[in-house]
Amino acid sequence: MHSSRWFNLLVQAGAIVLALLFTTLVLLASNAPPLEAFWNILTGSVGSWGKFSDVLISWVPLLLVTAGLLVTFTTGLWNIGIEGQITLGAIFTTWMLRTLQDSGWNPALVISLSILAGMAGGALWAALAGALKTFGGVNEIFGGLGLNFVATALNLWLIFGPWKRPGVASMSGTVPFDESLALPALSGSRLSLYAVAMAVVAILIVYFLLKGTYFGLRLKAVGRNAKAAYLLGVPTWQYMMMSFVICGLFAGMAGAVQVSSVYHRLIPSISSGYGFLGLLVAMLINYQPVWAAPVALFFAALNIGSIQLPVVLKLDSTLAGVLQGTLVLFVLLAGGARQKFMRKPDTSTSSVHHPDSSPSAARGPKRETGEKP
Amino acid sequence: MQVELREIHKTFGKVHANDGINLNIPAGTIAGILGENGAGKSTLMKILSGFIQADSGDILLDGKKIIIKSPADAIEHGIGMLHQDPLDFPPMKLLDNFILGRKGGLFPDRGAAEREFRQLAAQFDFSLDPHAYVDTLTVGERQQLEILRLLWLGAHVLILDEPTTGISLPQKEKLFATLKKLAAQGMTLIFVSHKLEDVEFLCSRIAVLRQGALTGVVEPPYSTDRLVAMMFGKAVSFGGRTSTKPGAAVLRLEHIWLEDARLQIKDASLEVRAGEVIGLAGMEGSGQAMFLQSCAGLLRPVNGKVRLAGSDLTGASYQTFKRHGVAYLPAARLEQGLVPGLTLTEHFILSEEMRGMFIDREKAVKLADERIETYNIKGMPASPVESLSGGNQQRTLLALLPRSHDAARLPKVPLNLILLEHPTRGLDVESTIYIWSKLKERCAQGTAVVFISADLDEILQYSDRVLVFFAGQVSPPLDAGQLTVEQLGQLIGGKEPAHA
Repeated sequence: MHSSRWFNLLVQAGAIVLALLFTTLVLLASNAPPLEAFWNILTGSVGSWGKFSDVLISWVPLLLVTAGLLVTFTTGLWNIGIEGQITLGAIFTTWMLRTLQDSGWNPALVISLSILAGMAGGALWAALAGALKTFGGVNEIFGGLGLNFVATALNLWLIFGPWKRPGVASMSGTVPFDESLALPALSGSRLSLYAVAMAVVAILIVYFLLKGTYFGLRLKAVGRNAKAAYLLGVPTWQYMMMSFVICGLFAGMAGAVQVSSVYHRLIPSISSGYGFLGLLVAMLINYQPVWAAPVALFFAALNIGSIQLPVVLKLDSTLAGVLQGTLVLFVLLAGGARQKFMRKPDTSTSSVHHPDSSPSAARGPKRETGEKP
Repeated sequence: MQVELREIHKTFGKVHANDGINLNIPAGTIAGILGENGAGKSTLMKILSGFIQADSGDILLDGKKIIIKSPADAIEHGIGMLHQDPLDFPPMKLLDNFILGRKGGLFPDRGAAEREFRQLAAQFDFSLDPHAYVDTLTVGERQQLEILRLLWLGAHVLILDEPTTGISLPQKEKLFATLKKLAAQGMTLIFVSHKLEDVEFLCSRIAVLRQGALTGVVEPPYSTDRLVAMMFGKAVSFGGRTSTKPGAAVLRLEHIWLEDARLQIKDASLEVRAGEVIGLAGMEGSGQAMFLQSCAGLLRPVNGKVRLAGSDLTGASYQTFKRHGVAYLPAARLEQGLVPGLTLTEHFILSEEMRGMFIDREKAVKLADERIETYNIKGMPASPVESLSGGNQQRTLLALLPRSHDAARLPKVPLNLILLEHPTRGLDVESTIYIWSKLKERCAQGTAVVFISADLDEILQYSDRVLVFFAGQVSPPLDAGQLTVEQLGQLIGGKEPAHA
């Protein structure tokens, strides 16, 4: 048992090395010095407090969506609509701020209400994807994808239509809100400790929800075998809907933070791809909440660290994406390879899995039998 | 084709599933492989058919050593296996499913394939529509499809893994006739089963396995007692029907009409009384599954009323039925009854009523330990259910039922009615006896049992009353004590027995 654990770690480490090697090859192919590039990412992310605070700013929405996605993944759902849920969160927050900005109410109350509105917006959009699945028979992947486009269109329409800047509408978004309506930040920085606290609380809630509660266990049962869960007395579609709504709440909160703490307005790319990045993080950590915070931090660091690459090395900053993508691919590959070569069939012959007869492999997350990450 | 196995070894972890097995099966014979669950039958056959590889040992066909690395290799050598759970493609048409395994050009000749399919089907008197979809078939029909497909692929050695479990008596007779015909044509047939009766009737030699090793090969005339002793190392006895006086009505179906895509049940009525056992007999797909589902709220009747202990639950959901003390145990244990990936403990937590929000793990493990002991489940609290054998999975399903006798944790509504689909399908004799002893315990406490079985002996042995289904027609309840297997077999086949 112990040796296999070390073996697993070794495989995992091998996957990371392979991902780095692959990225190095990409860098060499584009005539860039790899070591310098990696060094720049490192200094660009943790080289100074200012940079690290940027990493934390980016960590907050990423951790929030990852927390939400862990819930839907547990229920066996691929919540691809997460991007739209972030966007709707941002839209609802903006709407609430616009409504209340001249009310003269206490800013703390206005901010709180607008964040709650954002959460409601995300939850609404997620519930829509869930309803499409439950009542309309639309696979949540397709429904979510469609709703993402609708959300983007809605966002653009608002920015260039009803909420446009006086004079001329602009890609730079709506008119910024008064500073008093922003989440209080540390002086000299956009980093808000309130936002950080929200993300930390979110992942803690999800951790305990999935680990220790009846609710979490029932979600897991629905995710693994909805039919059996139903016969065991779990109201399956209600639980699926709830898991969508919970994920939507966190995604909406991420959108709310983007508006009220980072940009102070609604911009076209308000979701900033955090939803899809969150999917990558969830896959990379094999759906284990314990690892969400550090891995999300690492991904945020890669994002921020690569920002200066264009300036210093004339490299595109999407290098972070290359590294993140290959990392996930190689870790998943390593997991697959380990399963293929290390398969230990169970004692009962009937439960031996054949490589060509696992329909579940393509659908929904499956943890391995061991609870190791 | 003569099949010879030499010194086959296979271990799974600590379990020696096949321990140096030597076996020789001449061409043109039907050889039985007998053994209880976990004796190593399936493993041996999976090795022969290429699904898994032996750790060591040789396979010889007509004296020539061959190496089988995959099922494709096996079929290339003429070895085809009919699995206990048909390995087919439910969302596809029969014909496509039929063509799939064959090598050929880019464009399969569907016309020729269809002709050959119809010919083969006619030869064995199987009524299969090549343009129907596989998911509309019963398990029995899917097995027929697999047999045709394997023959068409050129199998000379046919391995049948528990082929009689899913199918009815007439289908079984048809299958046996087919097998004898094939043997006469020189094919080698390997018939894996734990049903003594089938094996004795059909096979010209029987190899018995126990705990991974070959205990011996016997030839007719067979002695049942000796075979049982070889299988179990001891003799076993069956529990019988215990006539309890049935009590008040727990379930009343009043003139219900049921419908699915293929079948209609018209105007069926039944009153189930506390403490009685009702067996639903019939060919697979004759309507008994629909009927049972309607008793659980899983299928809504088109017409008629379903009453549970007086309250009208027509059209209510399974959750409501469950709250009224109904439990439904599906046939596909791992697909519908249990959640693969969750442990035994987690299953017991799910089956309990929630107390508060957080799970008390310590208490849960204690509960699991207790249930594992009570139900004699071979597994640990932390074992994932998919690692258990079929018999232990069935015991787990039973252990998940709310308990009626534990006063301290008495549920609000006692368990009034247990509905089971094929409760002992694929189980060995010992497990079967055990499962029924547990069910009888429940009956003694006033729970009624309604079950479906393809095993006529099981129906007659344990039921108080029997309903016979034939193409959607439901017989009036028959007294099981007055029926013989032969009469029941005729009823299932749609014939009126001479004197029933």
